[in-house]
Amino acid sequence: MLKFIASRLVQTVGVVWLVATLTFVLVRFAPGSPFDQERNVSPEIKANMEKRYGLDQPVWKQYVNYFGPLIAHGDFGPSFKYSNRTVTEIIGDALPISFEMGFWALLVALTLGVGAGVLASLRRNTALDWLPMSLSLVGISVPIFVVGPLLIVTFSIHLGWFNVNGWNEPADRVLPSLTLGFYYAAYFARLTRGGMLEVLSQDFIRTARAKGASEGRVVLRHALRGGVLPVVSFLGPALAGIVTGSFTIETIFHIPGLGRYFIQAALNRDYTLVMGTVILFASLIGLLNLLADVLLAWLNPRVKLD
Amino acid sequence: MITLCRSTSLRSLLLPALLATLALVGTGCKKATRVAQGNKDQIFHYGNGGEPSDLDPQNVQGVPEHHIIKALFEGLVTMHPKDLSAQPGVAERWEVSPDGKTFTFTLRANARWSDGQPVTADDFVQSYERILNPKFAAPYAENLYLMVGAEEYNKGKLTDFTQVGVKAPEKRKLQITLRAPAPFFIGMLRHYSWFPVPMGTVTKFGKKYDKGNPWTRPENIVSNGPFTLKEWKPNDKIVVQKNPRYWDENSVQLKEIHFYPIDSTDTEELAFRAGELHATNKVPASKTDAYKQAGTTLRIEPYYGVYYYRVNMDPQKGSNPALKKAEVRRALALSIDREAIVKNVLRGGELAAWSFVPPGPGGYQTRDKLKYDPEGARKLLADAGYPGGKGVPKISILINTAEDHKAVAEAVQAMWKKELGIEVEINNQEWKVYLAAQNNMDYMVSRSGWIADYPDPNSFLGIHTTGNGNNNTGFASPKFDKLVVDSWSAGASGKRTGMLQEAEGLLLADMPVVPIYFYTRRYLIQSSVKGWFANMLDDHPWKYIYLDPAAPPDRLPVLGTAR
Repeated sequence: MLKFIASRLVQTVGVVWLVATLTFVLVRFAPGSPFDQERNVSPEIKANMEKRYGLDQPVWKQYVNYFGPLIAHGDFGPSFKYSNRTVTEIIGDALPISFEMGFWALLVALTLGVGAGVLASLRRNTALDWLPMSLSLVGISVPIFVVGPLLIVTFSIHLGWFNVNGWNEPADRVLPSLTLGFYYAAYFARLTRGGMLEVLSQDFIRTARAKGASEGRVVLRHALRGGVLPVVSFLGPALAGIVTGSFTIETIFHIPGLGRYFIQAALNRDYTLVMGTVILFASLIGLLNLLADVLLAWLNPRVKLD
Repeated sequence: MITLCRSTSLRSLLLPALLATLALVGTGCKKATRVAQGNKDQIFHYGNGGEPSDLDPQNVQGVPEHHIIKALFEGLVTMHPKDLSAQPGVAERWEVSPDGKTFTFTLRANARWSDGQPVTADDFVQSYERILNPKFAAPYAENLYLMVGAEEYNKGKLTDFTQVGVKAPEKRKLQITLRAPAPFFIGMLRHYSWFPVPMGTVTKFGKKYDKGNPWTRPENIVSNGPFTLKEWKPNDKIVVQKNPRYWDENSVQLKEIHFYPIDSTDTEELAFRAGELHATNKVPASKTDAYKQAGTTLRIEPYYGVYYYRVNMDPQKGSNPALKKAEVRRALALSIDREAIVKNVLRGGELAAWSFVPPGPGGYQTRDKLKYDPEGARKLLADAGYPGGKGVPKISILINTAEDHKAVAEAVQAMWKKELGIEVEINNQEWKVYLAAQNNMDYMVSRSGWIADYPDPNSFLGIHTTGNGNNNTGFASPKFDKLVVDSWSAGASGKRTGMLQEAEGLLLADMPVVPIYFYTRRYLIQSSVKGWFANMLDDHPWKYIYLDPAAPPDRLPVLGTAR
């Protein structure tokens, strides 16, 4: 187990380094520079700005200049666009917000999704199966940028219960978390239903029932553990997606999370912020997938980690 | 973090269930909107478009930055909110030398920084040194080039700043010497690139020429405008509050302004509709009609800016040989039915542009206006050796990705094809790719826009001088350059207008730029906002604005009722 984790960590570091290097090269060769603006500045001023940020150096030297301080003391450098803030600060401000939103969304997704999936599997081919499964089809098919504004129009504008945007009051968490949570809940519901149906038809469930175990005990104790395995294997990518891929949600609800910076940085050619967010997301995806694998092994004795 | 939030957020998860029950019972209650509360407390909520890159007046170049910086800082002069005439700011008065080149400003005794220090003439001198210093690499340094020696200093050809035309002979006397007696100089001073910065504060928190200097953070910043910075939550909001040390403190009625950097116009519109914003930055095009019908909040106002197509005429660069002929470029310009474009394509109240300089302040009128003349265009094309468009290589129009640009380009494409027989393709690029192509002159025809920095035709004509950073067409006419530069010395006279008209005539005859329409500003504003006037520069000085709590509620489009 420990050996597995150690080797995966080493692999993750390798992958992150590779991704970072590729990104570094790609952004520098992408047309347009951080200093291309609609109001163009004279070549002299532009040259001054490039010199100021070391962009007049050859790429290999820029690479050394960037990764040197990063490896030595974790310094991601200053942002090109938001010039009085460092990339570390920007991430430090925005990441907790993305994490918090991810946490609530995941809670919504797991509660609704797993709940609906279990219910559907137990009442197969009844209204209690069809209804949540149809809803989950809707949840998967209708994009977030439709669900979000619909919730806003209903609950913020017509009913006036929530703010349309912002991330200040506790109530501001509700609509974004629901919007993001519904989407993943739909996946979880289908995965849970499938997993549960498979487990419920197995011998050990029949044995448990034959031994006189109550239905609740059969479902929660025996079946669920195996039934949620597909959910757990999907949890790694889902977690990473929830934390990193919340750009749409953050734009619709005007939330100062990391997803918006990630996209804006690429559009602004904010080289250092692009690097910072890419390195962070690559590391997160690597670690969360590792976490999901460990969790899977713990839930399913047939999975061996070595 | 999670443990901290657990108690509050668990509650917020219970909320929906609770509220759903409430909704079933049908007893939903609306709380007072942010706008209604703001009207009572004089707190203005403003949709500001985007997150500012910085709040250092010398280190920014965008419009969202401008809105905030003009609340925090003040230059020598300010603008009248209606007619844009110069009003005394930090300078209480100024004298001009007989040759019109030297301006002596007398600073007011009670102009102070928010830390209580007086704003001195030396603050201005030091600020101008900083923005012009090549080490600082300020994006808007070019705005100061009208000062003697400024350009040379900025380009490193002059290292002794005492030779630049700005002096502080006394604590409250600032003397600025210009290269030419430009009549638009005082109007230029409204721009933040001419604002002073508190050098003591700048050097206290970092190096003078360091762009990462944290002096503009709320806990550090010192400013001299009607407001001071209270809070800056990046990508969330910026709050400024009334500055009790501002010299004209009694005129300032707003207690706070909250700037929301909402980049999605749809999100912004929803926030407006829910009563969270007093004014928006824009309106989604799809919602304009609904707001027009609903009544009271939509504003469509003329804007001092032109939407145009650049034509790459550089004999060295550019891949379309036909575009190197003036006749062809003029034929392209004459065959665009601009009225049809503004009426049928844009539909936002824009004006067809038959000249490059929009009609505007000072009553400047273009002399040799363009017209819609497809017959004349065909003749020009034939004269150039391309009868019926035969032999003109396919023209590519470069646009950045946006619905409006695409729609206009498609209309122009159809008109050039129909009237001139020229094949046109549309080359759609991401913003920075588009900018790079345009700045490197790697295009044939490129969609462009220009908004004036100051209320004078020079703001539009000056960019076409040879080698100007915003020329980017290859247009190089010594005669044009001379007219523009000479017009600076002609004073505010009919003679000057004549020179500008002649210069614009040269531009339209050679046609490196094909004007298409003059911009309008479209936004939403609650009728409780008072002291906010339409003007050509879309500049609404904060100190004149106040909120009327007794204003009747606005009529807004209701979902499902908009026809």
